[in-house]
Amino acid sequence: MKMIPNSLGRLIPDEIDGKKLKPFQGAHAGHGGGRKAGSPIRASVDYRDKLRASLDEVIDACEIKDGMTISFHHHLRNGDYLINMVVDKLAERGLKDLVLAPSALFPVHEPIVNHIKNGLITHIEGSMNGPIGRACSLGKMRKACTLRSHGGRYRAIQDGDLHIDVAFIAAPNADSFGNANGLDGPGACGPISFALADSLYADRVVVVTDNLQPFPVHPWVIRGGNVDHVVEIDKLGDPEKIVSGTTRITKSPTRLLIAEYVARFIDDIGIMEEPGFSFQAGAGGISLAFIQFLAEIMREKGLKAPFARGGSTKYLVDLMNEGLIGYILDGQAFDQVGVASLRDNPRHIETDPFTSYNYHTKGNFAPLVKAAVLGATEVDLEFNVNVNTHSDGWLLHGIGGFTDATDAHITMITAPLVRSRLPIIVDSVTTVTTPGETVDVIFTERGIAVNPRRADLLDRLKGSSLPIMSIEELRKIAIGMTGEPEKPEFEDRVVALIEWRDGTIIDCVRQLKV
Amino acid sequence: MSETKEIFVGRSEQKSDLYIRMKKKTSGGIALEMKSSVGAMFGSSIRRTLEETLKALGISDIEIDVDDRGALEYVIQARVEAGIRRLYDVKEPGCLPERKVGVTEPVRDRLRRTRLYLPGNNPDLMMNAGLFGADCVILDLEDSVAPAEKDAARVLVRNSLLSVGFGTTERIVRINPLSTEYGAADIEMVVPAGPDTILIPKCDTADDVKAVEKLIAEAEKKAGIKHKTLLMPLIETAKGSLHAYEIGAASDRIVALCFGAEDFTADIGVERTREGTESFVARSLIVLGAKAAGVQAIDTVFSDVSDEEGLIASTREAMAMGFEGKGVIHPRQIGPIYKVFAPTPERIEYALKVVDAIEEARSKGSGVATIRSKMIDAPIEKRARKILRLAEALGLLGGKKEKKE
Repeated sequence: MKMIPNSLGRLIPDEIDGKKLKPFQGAHAGHGGGRKAGSPIRASVDYRDKLRASLDEVIDACEIKDGMTISFHHHLRNGDYLINMVVDKLAERGLKDLVLAPSALFPVHEPIVNHIKNGLITHIEGSMNGPIGRACSLGKMRKACTLRSHGGRYRAIQDGDLHIDVAFIAAPNADSFGNANGLDGPGACGPISFALADSLYADRVVVVTDNLQPFPVHPWVIRGGNVDHVVEIDKLGDPEKIVSGTTRITKSPTRLLIAEYVARFIDDIGIMEEPGFSFQAGAGGISLAFIQFLAEIMREKGLKAPFARGGSTKYLVDLMNEGLIGYILDGQAFDQVGVASLRDNPRHIETDPFTSYNYHTKGNFAPLVKAAVLGATEVDLEFNVNVNTHSDGWLLHGIGGFTDATDAHITMITAPLVRSRLPIIVDSVTTVTTPGETVDVIFTERGIAVNPRRADLLDRLKGSSLPIMSIEELRKIAIGMTGEPEKPEFEDRVVALIEWRDGTIIDCVRQLKV
Repeated sequence: MSETKEIFVGRSEQKSDLYIRMKKKTSGGIALEMKSSVGAMFGSSIRRTLEETLKALGISDIEIDVDDRGALEYVIQARVEAGIRRLYDVKEPGCLPERKVGVTEPVRDRLRRTRLYLPGNNPDLMMNAGLFGADCVILDLEDSVAPAEKDAARVLVRNSLLSVGFGTTERIVRINPLSTEYGAADIEMVVPAGPDTILIPKCDTADDVKAVEKLIAEAEKKAGIKHKTLLMPLIETAKGSLHAYEIGAASDRIVALCFGAEDFTADIGVERTREGTESFVARSLIVLGAKAAGVQAIDTVFSDVSDEEGLIASTREAMAMGFEGKGVIHPRQIGPIYKVFAPTPERIEYALKVVDAIEEARSKGSGVATIRSKMIDAPIEKRARKILRLAEALGLLGGKKEKKE
C-alpha cells in the first residue's frame, strides 16, 4: 500500500479499496467546488399510499441487493431496536456485502459484530464505538471503515462521497405521509435531525414509527415529500435507554475542579461581558458541571447568553427558563426535560448538521459559538487531539460533533491529567481526530495549557490566579506521576480512516497487534 | 501457618489499585502472572517494579498473581510489600519508594479550617487530594480501614507520604489508638516518612497523649528526624471532654484539639442529630480546654455531603462557639466552609488599620498604638493578624498584603 504524508506528517494510504484518498491540508484549507449529489426524481402520483403493512414488505419494496449501503440515525442511542431488527432481517434474506452507514452505533448494537463476521456487512461508514470499534481494531471488517463527524457525515452524503441506497429513519412521531419528528410517542427522543441528509439524498427513504398519528405531524423535521415508505412497528426501542429520566452532575471532585477552572477561565478572559456570548456543552460529567459554575458567575454579574448549543439536559433548560440563556440550539436531547422543552418551548430549537456543522455550506453556526467545552482521550504537545482511539491503540469512539465544534471561537478540551495511570498529554497522539490549529486550551486538574497560537487569550489572562502553564510542563507533571508509557504495536493494515470535515483524510487507524 | 499459606492483598477491581495473590515457595524462583488494564503502555514497567520490590524485600522464590487497574508505582510497591509482610518477617524499613516529597519542618501556626479525611487504603482518592484547597488532609488508618487491611493501609500511607505531592496542605495521619494492636505499629512505620501531624483518636486523658508522644519521639530519633512531629488529639468520649484542658496541655507538640461526634454520641448513648444538641456541652468544653491550653479547637465532620445548607449552618455554629475549623469528608464541603470562615470586608479593613497603627507606633519606638484614641492591646493585634492571615488565604486582600511582624 502506497502511503503519503498529509500536512500534519501523518501517513495515509494514497488509495484504499479502490478509492483514491485526499490527504488533509489544513483545518480550513478546503474551499468546496463541484456540485452536490441528488436523489432520483419521483412523481407524487406514485405516492398516494406509502403505508406498508410490515418491515418485510418495506424491505421487499426497497429491492435491497448485495453491496448496497443502508443508513440509520442514532437518536435512540442505547435504547434502539431498529438497527438490529433490520440488519437481522437482511441477514435472513441471505444478502451480503452491505455497507452500514449509521450516524453512530452504541453497545446495544453489538450483534452487528456477528453480521460483520458472517459477511452481511463489509464495513461501516460513519461512526462506531465499544464492541464494534474493537472488532474493527482486530481487523474483522473486510474493508476499511470511515469515521466522520456529524457535520462531516452530512457533507459526505451531500457531496456524493457517501451514497445511501436505503435510509431507515426511526421516527418516534410520524404520519402516514412520512412527516416525522422525535417529540412525542413512547420513543420520544427530541431531535431526529441527524437523519435529515439521509432523507434528502438517499435513493429510498423509509420512515419507521411506533406512534402513527393522523396527518399532519408537525413540526415536520423529516418531510413527507422525501419519504418513500412508512411502516408502523410495535416498538422502536426501550424508552428508558433512549433518554435518561435525569442527568446527574458528576460527584468526582477532580472533574468538578476542572469544570470550575473552565468557568473561571471564561470569566477571567472577559468574553462573557462581550456581545454574543454563547457556549456549547454536552452531557458529559465535566460539561454539565461547567454549566453550573458558569451560571453562578452569570447570576452574580447579571449576564446573559443569547444562545447556548446543546445537547440539551435539564441543567441547560433550567438556565433558559431562568432567563440566563436566550435560546437553546439543540442537536440531541439527553434527558426527559430536554425532550419536553424542545416540544413545548419555542425558544428551544432543533438544529440539523447542515445548519450547525456542515463545512460545505454557505456558513454554519459553529464559529458563532464563543466557547465549546469538549472531552478527549489524548492531547499531544502540538495540541492535536484524539477522541477515537485509546492510548492502547483500540478504536473505541466515534467523532460525534467534536471536530465540527472546534470551529468555536475558543475550543476548550477538558480531561483529568492522569486517569488510572494513563497520562492525557502525550508526545504524539495515537490518532489525530482534530489538528492542534483548532484547539485552544487544555484544562486538567493540575494545570491549564493555552495553545501558543492564542496569544490573545494569554494576553487576556494576565493577572489571573488560574494555574496556567505550558503543555510541556503539564506533560512533565503527568509523566512524573505515571512514568513514561510505551506505545501499542500495530500491524501495517489500515482498518479505519479518520476523515476531516472537508472530506480529506487526517489520519488512519491500523489493526492492533494482539 | 504452613508453607503453603496463600494470601490476597490490595483491592479487587478498583481503579488505581491492584489485587495480588501470593503463595510461598521454597525454590524455583519467581512465578509471576500479571494482567493490567494499562498493560499495553506500562506492562514491562509494572513487571520491573514487581520484580525489583520482591528483590529489595529479599524474596527470590514466590508465586504471585497480579491484577492491576492502573496503580501508580508507589501503590504497586506498597501492595507487594504488604503481601510479603503477611508471609514473611521483613527487614525494616521494608522497600521504600523513591522519595518525591522532601522532609519539611511542620508548621505549628497555620490555618486548619478544613481537614479532608481520606481512607488510608484507597490510593485512588489520595492522588488528587492536595488539589482541592483543603488546609489539611488526614490519611486515615483508623475507622475507615477494616481490621483485616490495617497492615496494608499502613504501608500505603507511608508510601504516599513519600511519593504524593499534597502541595502546601498539612499532612496528618490518623493512627489507631494505642489500646489496639495497631497503634504502636502505625507510629513506627508512618513517623519516619515525615507526616506533619499525628491525629490521636479516642483521647481520654493526658496520659493517652504522653504515651503516643513517647513512641513518636523514639521513632523520630531512630529515623534521624530533627523536628518534632505535631499532635492533634481527637476527643470523642464523655471522659475526654471533661479532660479537655489537661489533654490540650499534655504536650508542646499539640496544635489543636478536635471533636469527634460519632463516637461521642455512641459513648453517651444517644443518636446524633442534625442540630447537635447532644454534644453542645462537650464541644464547648473542648473549645474552652483548647483555648486555655493555647491551641486551636476544631469541630467534627458534617456527614451529609449533599446537604450544603446544613453544612453552612453547622459551620456557622461551630465558628460562633470558638472552633477554627471542621472535618471534611468530601472536597465539595471545602468551599462552603471557607465562605463561612471568611472575614467580612469591614473586618479586614479594620484589621489592616490595626496592623498599620501598630507598625507605625513600633517604627516610632512607641509601645502603644491607638486608633481614634482607642488603645490597641495585644489581643486586638492578635485577632487582627489572624483575620489578615485568613483574608490572605482566601485571596481577599487584593493588593494589600499583611505586613510581617
